[in-house]
Amino acid sequence: MKKLVILGAGTGGTIMANKMRKVLDRSEWKITVVDQYKTHYYQPGFLFIPFGMYTRKDVIKPKADFIPIGVNFIYSEINKVDGENNKVLLKDGDTLNYDYLIVATGTKIVPEETPGLKGDLWHKRVFDFYTIEGATALADFFKTWQGGELVLNIADNPIKCPVAPLEFVMFADAFFIERGIRDKVNITFVTPMEGAFTKPRASKMLGNLLKEKNIKVVPDFYLESVDNEKKVIKSYDEKEVPFDCLISIPVHFGDDMIERSVLGDDMNFALTDKFHLNSTKFENIFILGDASNIPTSKAGSVVHFAAEVIFENLMCSIEGRPFTAKFDGHSNCYIETGHGKGALIDFNYDTEPLPGFFPFPGIGPFGLLKETRMNHYGKLLFRWIYWHVLLKGKEMPIPSEMYMAGKKL
Amino acid sequence: MGQKEYAGKMVDLDDNGYFTNSSQWSKEIAMELAKENGDELTEKHFEVLEFIRNKVNEGASLTIRSIGKSGIIDIKGFYKLFPGAPLKKATKYAGVSKPSSCV
Repeated sequence: MKKLVILGAGTGGTIMANKMRKVLDRSEWKITVVDQYKTHYYQPGFLFIPFGMYTRKDVIKPKADFIPIGVNFIYSEINKVDGENNKVLLKDGDTLNYDYLIVATGTKIVPEETPGLKGDLWHKRVFDFYTIEGATALADFFKTWQGGELVLNIADNPIKCPVAPLEFVMFADAFFIERGIRDKVNITFVTPMEGAFTKPRASKMLGNLLKEKNIKVVPDFYLESVDNEKKVIKSYDEKEVPFDCLISIPVHFGDDMIERSVLGDDMNFALTDKFHLNSTKFENIFILGDASNIPTSKAGSVVHFAAEVIFENLMCSIEGRPFTAKFDGHSNCYIETGHGKGALIDFNYDTEPLPGFFPFPGIGPFGLLKETRMNHYGKLLFRWIYWHVLLKGKEMPIPSEMYMAGKKL
Repeated sequence: MGQKEYAGKMVDLDDNGYFTNSSQWSKEIAMELAKENGDELTEKHFEVLEFIRNKVNEGASLTIRSIGKSGIIDIKGFYKLFPGAPLKKATKYAGVSKPSSCV
């Protein structure tokens, strides 16, 4: 019996379990998925929780509901991968042998990396919204907050969903206008980048939106520490920004298991061939999604497109053919801009986000790089698509490779 | 895309002033480039630039954090050597392409 092992049952691992179980003969292939947690979080929904638009129950379902019949699901922590001997060692000492391995262990925030960030004010005045605990604590805080300096800081790159911090400040603007206290809330966006976003045309469009919404941008700020007593954040070149409420996007690392397995870089992101999506160290290990070090966004849309590439290349490998699929870094993000509107960007390794229409050239219904109501509905609709189509590995009407039709240069 | 002369040699640069061909780099070129930005390069600077060149040639992604872990310098010292936007300056002086870590 041949063996495929998938580490992680988040978005990527779940999609691959579904895709592979459909095509691999059950009498020849055993598929095993390993994850230490039982709850699947719809992570794009975390953004909506602080503003009372979603609650905890809107973003959770049991992981096991999405793993198909015929796949062995083990709840366990992973000790490490022994790539030389094609083995995975679990925490309790059990060993899983594999012919092929898919690593989809994601990324997590590490507030402990920044002195003072996880201090006395953590989840009281200093919040993250990348965990369910942070997002719900912030929702409670906002219910009674009377205003002051609201500061959002990105500690370092890369982060999960690079547009989420921008969406957050635009939502906050709309939220406090509706509450009638926008004049008492100063919103500041503090980033290590040189502008609102890295890609030039999107940065300009998003930067203008922030200006219109009276959100101040502090660029080139690289976080060193948080002073809980003075309530300021400090940069390495000794700049300070005071806050009454700090929304922190802490440093992100890959899973510790990557470090123990010696598969990654110094932030525990697995070293990955950016076109074929396998480990640069072992050809029979594929790396999917946030766990990898490929230079594109850490986001669900990327996972979805990358999963199609891994599916094709894994089948090539199994059937003894050279790899035929090549990833282009395709990323596609809805950006909530508040007041029931949204923007949409579509880009890859080489092409920055451009204006136009998506997915049908000239028609849409979604407008690229502009604010429309339809884009907001697209984002809301996506939650249903996520649970019912995407995780189950079903076909979506969007090809994995980006295309230029409908885009204006 | 364009060409510019440094230390008597023509260098290919992209729109943002980053080298497109890392092999055109030399210490002399780096010194002139730095001077243009009002910086004087010392031995310590060159240790950092060598580290960056090696990392990038290995295909590794480069962050301020990884330079802080290099053992050559801590992050605060890195800011002192290349004031303002250290990673941007240092990668330009090191003659490598623009860091792609921020997406």
